[in-house]
Amino acid sequence: MKNWVIVFGGLLISSSFLEAKQIGAAEDLNWLTQAERFIEMKDPSIRKVALGALLMGLSCGLIGSYVVTRRLSLFGDTLSHAVLPGIAVGFIWAGEKDNFSLLIGAGIAGFAGVCCLSLLKKFTRIHEDSSLGIVLSAFYALGICLLTRIQKVGYTDQSGLDSFMFGQVSALSSNDINGLFITLLMISLFIVFNFRQLLVTGFDPQFSKSIGIPNDFLQFVLWMLIAFCVISSLQLVGVILVSAMLVIPAATASLLARRMKTYLVLSSLLGAGAGISGTFFSFLGKSLPAGPLIVLVSALLFLFILFLRPEKGILFCWLNTRSERSRIIVENTLKAAFQILEQKGFEENEITSLEIMKKRGLSRPEVEKEIQNLTTAGLATKNISPIDQVSLPSQTVMTLTPKGWEYACRMVRNHRLWELYLTNEAEYEPDHVHEDAEKIEHVLGEKTVRQIERLLQNPKTDPHGKLIPSITDIHQGNLPGAS
Amino acid sequence: MKHHDLPIEVHDLTVSYQKKPVLYGVDLEIEEGSFVGILGPNGAGKSTLIKTIMNIIKPNGGYVKIFGDSPKTGIKRIGYIPQKESVDWDFPVTVFDVVLMGRYGYHGWLSRIGKEDRNKASECLEQVNMLAYADRPIGNLSGGQQQRVFLARALAQESAVYLMDEPFAGVDAVTEKTIISILQEMKKAGKTLMVVHHDLASAKEYFDQLLLLNMRKVAYGSVSEVYTHELLQKTYGGKLAVLSEMATEVAKNADT
Repeated sequence: MKNWVIVFGGLLISSSFLEAKQIGAAEDLNWLTQAERFIEMKDPSIRKVALGALLMGLSCGLIGSYVVTRRLSLFGDTLSHAVLPGIAVGFIWAGEKDNFSLLIGAGIAGFAGVCCLSLLKKFTRIHEDSSLGIVLSAFYALGICLLTRIQKVGYTDQSGLDSFMFGQVSALSSNDINGLFITLLMISLFIVFNFRQLLVTGFDPQFSKSIGIPNDFLQFVLWMLIAFCVISSLQLVGVILVSAMLVIPAATASLLARRMKTYLVLSSLLGAGAGISGTFFSFLGKSLPAGPLIVLVSALLFLFILFLRPEKGILFCWLNTRSERSRIIVENTLKAAFQILEQKGFEENEITSLEIMKKRGLSRPEVEKEIQNLTTAGLATKNISPIDQVSLPSQTVMTLTPKGWEYACRMVRNHRLWELYLTNEAEYEPDHVHEDAEKIEHVLGEKTVRQIERLLQNPKTDPHGKLIPSITDIHQGNLPGAS
Repeated sequence: MKHHDLPIEVHDLTVSYQKKPVLYGVDLEIEEGSFVGILGPNGAGKSTLIKTIMNIIKPNGGYVKIFGDSPKTGIKRIGYIPQKESVDWDFPVTVFDVVLMGRYGYHGWLSRIGKEDRNKASECLEQVNMLAYADRPIGNLSGGQQQRVFLARALAQESAVYLMDEPFAGVDAVTEKTIISILQEMKKAGKTLMVVHHDLASAKEYFDQLLLLNMRKVAYGSVSEVYTHELLQKTYGGKLAVLSEMATEVAKNADT
């Protein structure tokens, strides 16, 4: 059943590719020329758009750093939704899509939203996230009602309103660019002159009050700047998604930055990058709205860094886990080899695959694979034994190399030393220690082993009476079986 | 004739939380150079006293004076280490950044942090044995290590008075030893220290003066005067519960 789904899905996808190819063949040339046009920046409208995207990305990244580190993301979202009724009212007032009146409307609505939040906070016991939810939904609902009304009544230019919902690059005016520039300037100046104060109020508000920093005033200015950023970005990204630009670039920066200055730089670069790439793609797609594309690029950047960041990235963790697992398997086989030889009193050198199968409880193919791994790692050599009279199938026979032997001794030593330690010092029962040692033996470092040896005064046997190989013995070849 | 430059002066202080009094008519005069341990049962108002002095809580009656000034301006002269920091541990700051914050009070709005400040911050980190961690993000530390960093920040403030709210709560033995030896050094340097403490036994060893608090000031004086069976019994014995109930009634009636 699974296979049929894959085949069917594959057919669907490839057929759509084929179709797209057909249309695309003629448009391919178009895309390339479009892309060229964009990159060359000769067209003034392209320059304007790219500039707008750059400014917006920088502003959102900068102020977004404070939104994310101070957990104001929900607030940013509320603000961007609360401006909708203001836009509708501004439209009704002006009778047409006059940018200026729309923005004034948005500003007033945003301010009203913030006032409602403050009132709820001051006079009720409603929690902040609920208040935000209330204001966001109520204002947004009002906005939708007004907008639907406008559409029903049939003003001529209301298609322009859609551009406010999702952003429309082609509708960007020089007023908008000015607005973006002023916003970026204000935000940058605020951050430069208040960097310290913002740092301490964000990290430890109580402490900052005790050294005389006006927390509430700074908070208020921050809110106003967030509002300006939202309003000035509306034309490019649209109401619905502008809050994403406050959050995603900064959240991506948080994966990489340890200090605030780095955070700010990364966040603004990511914002700018997403802005320009998004508008680039929207430009290629001709009538595709810029807002969703910009946000998509930001989200992809976030995923990219989540996977690939050094140390904690998902890719690195996965690779690490895999290599850890294979190391543990190798070590367990070596230990089994030692034990098999030990059982035979160290009189023989060779271990058959059957013996390993019994010892480790694995199947033939699994054991063959393990023997191969050891051989590749230079820890063992293998042979095929001839079929003998007892009608056993031909076996793979393994001999440990000196390196493999030393490694095996070390593993056994770790295991048995740990068992002894648990029995003697931690008062474990001898029959409980084995499972614990099975896990710990792989992670005991040399330093810890020395410590334990000293603690237990260089013991020779484990709780079951078996030999504990010591490293000096191994090096000096004092152990039986050492070649 | 009262001195007007006492580090901390508290007069008839009453503080309530939701109509229930937490501190009732507390009078206190702390001399310079004192090393005071504040003791009392849970809910006795120890943290509340500290927070009221630090202007975090507003009193219902009475007043607090810091070097003769009102708390609003006076708190800038106090180094305060609160109990549970209102801190955002995920904030992108390193240990050094946090200690450097102790120097912010020495600068006006636009004045820049200089080499002097950085050296002082390093010195203070060294004093609490945390210099090796200077570049670590603040979230990557154990509870005891975090406490030491906040102590270093307070040291960097170079205040004359220090208020600490249970600095030994939940810290490991090594950190406790480090903190108490630093406090003793600070005392030798002439600082005034007030420390809310939770452990009766060690209080006798650590401090020079003791303040026994259970909604009211039960006693204040040198350890030898105050650490008596009778006074401790009075503080911890639960007999002041009646006072608490009566005071609550009075507060309720005052509204009707």
